[in-house]
Amino acid sequence: MSTSKVASMHDAVADLVRNGDTVAIEGFTHLIGFSAGHEIIRQRKRDLVLARMTPDLIYDQMIAAGVARKLIFSWLGNPGVGGLNGIRRRIEPASLAPGQVPLEIEEYSHFGMVSRYTAGAAGLPFMPLRSYFETDLPKANPLIRPIRSPFSDETIYAVPPLNPDVTIIHAQRADANGNTQVWGLLGCQKEAAFAADRVIVVVEELVDEAVIRADPNRTIVPGLIVDAVVVDPYGAHPSYVQGAYDRDNRFYLDWDPISRDEAVLQQWLRDWVYDLPDRAAYVEKLGAERIASLKPGSAPSGSVEYGDYR
Amino acid sequence: MTDAVVAPAPAPAFSRSEMMIVAAARELAGQRVCFVGVGLPNIAVNLAKRTVAPELELVYEAGVFGAQPARLPLSIGDPTIVTGATAVVSMFELFAFYLQRGLIDVGFLGAAQIDRFGNLNSTVIGPYDAPKTRLPGSGGACEIAINAKNVFVIMRQSARSFVKEIDFRTSPGNLGGAEQAEAIRRAGGWNGRGPSVVVTDLGIWHFDETGEMRLDSLHPGATLDEVRSTIAWEPKISEHLEATPAPTGEELRLVREELDPGGVYTK
Repeated sequence: MSTSKVASMHDAVADLVRNGDTVAIEGFTHLIGFSAGHEIIRQRKRDLVLARMTPDLIYDQMIAAGVARKLIFSWLGNPGVGGLNGIRRRIEPASLAPGQVPLEIEEYSHFGMVSRYTAGAAGLPFMPLRSYFETDLPKANPLIRPIRSPFSDETIYAVPPLNPDVTIIHAQRADANGNTQVWGLLGCQKEAAFAADRVIVVVEELVDEAVIRADPNRTIVPGLIVDAVVVDPYGAHPSYVQGAYDRDNRFYLDWDPISRDEAVLQQWLRDWVYDLPDRAAYVEKLGAERIASLKPGSAPSGSVEYGDYR
Repeated sequence: MTDAVVAPAPAPAFSRSEMMIVAAARELAGQRVCFVGVGLPNIAVNLAKRTVAPELELVYEAGVFGAQPARLPLSIGDPTIVTGATAVVSMFELFAFYLQRGLIDVGFLGAAQIDRFGNLNSTVIGPYDAPKTRLPGSGGACEIAINAKNVFVIMRQSARSFVKEIDFRTSPGNLGGAEQAEAIRRAGGWNGRGPSVVVTDLGIWHFDETGEMRLDSLHPGATLDEVRSTIAWEPKISEHLEATPAPTGEELRLVREELDPGGVYTK
């Protein structure tokens, strides 16, 4: 019989995220762990190495809040809108504040990043991939290296494993032991979770173990590798959760002007992160009307027959 | 071919973005599996599926094969690409099994800079270590350029974008010319044959036997003077330069009423 790993977001982040850690909050446009990122800001963690394929608004906010010294990524933008202004100000020399240390960056392509997590999850020293030929990326990042196939004359590229100290993923549901189910875009959450030393799962809904066992094909992460389960409804806002709420595109558009001005951005962090205790307060501040506007229509899956074999 | 041959067109009843989308969609005739980008490529591909290429399979890098988006996706990972799709897979599977294995016929790319051989930069303007402008970076572009059988480029022409030398090579095109590029692709076992078309707001460019862009078709309302003033090298112009047929009423209706009713990408 398993013990409950259910914890508050405050306690999960306080116990499992340490200054200097490599932290991956994964979720590709879908299921982005905003509530976890905000708690890391609130607890004023420092010197983190943040890994994420698409830093998105959450890392723009976290980096502007000063939690990170380095960013590992493959696409740096506000998807469908434009740039990430907080991060750009820490990279472009002309935008750095006097005396400010630039953000260290380590850059891959999408396939390179998922391959890094896959190598990390599989316990391999590298992952080979057919990419990077004749590009400047291996010059920009010396960890992207050519290797000769042991079985032919081919030369391809390899990337090293990425093993985060902590991976945080957001999901539709999990049981108290951390058995986690996701549907919709899967991104690289499974790989990032298996690659990590510690895993925090944040869910929209805590369900009984029987719900998980009724549909085992949908489980992407077993409780075996999960350290804490946080129940945080709407914790992925302004990103989305398939079937539960839509991306709040208005916020993605609003973030552009907010983040263009450092003072406005810092005021936003005070209003929406530092001055709020948790996600429930954020949802209340957002308002019921805004939340209701994000609810999609219904499109249930068919069900399948697993069979009873006793 | 001189500028005088091209008659001044009447004020067009469509925008240049609409012409660019329609021209890109038409280029997809006969293609089967297309890796879709967000924005203009997304509208072009969805238009092609409703017109010249009804059998087209839409693949999104977020991990979807056979998408049937019911609305214009707001981002590359919009939930509408999932509902009703043929398959949802992990991103590793998408990049490894679908792209790297060679199942993708066309990959769409855009960029901040392109050179005459179709090499693309979406990483930085200025030096990498001290950039003047930090751009998004590769995303999947670098491996799409290498492993999609054909690459379609869609971007607006400007002298800042169509440059003699790109500041950073994010996605390889025809490198320093066709002969070199073909030898390297063969030796390296690339799935891709490199860029096959560049659709801009002014015309349609293909690549000649040397691997260099050549203007093959001029959009209605655009002039060769405009083409030359928005490109930093002396461009090759086809001896048989064609006039791109204007968008049909049905193409415009689909774009305006079904694909981009808010005019987000087409104004």
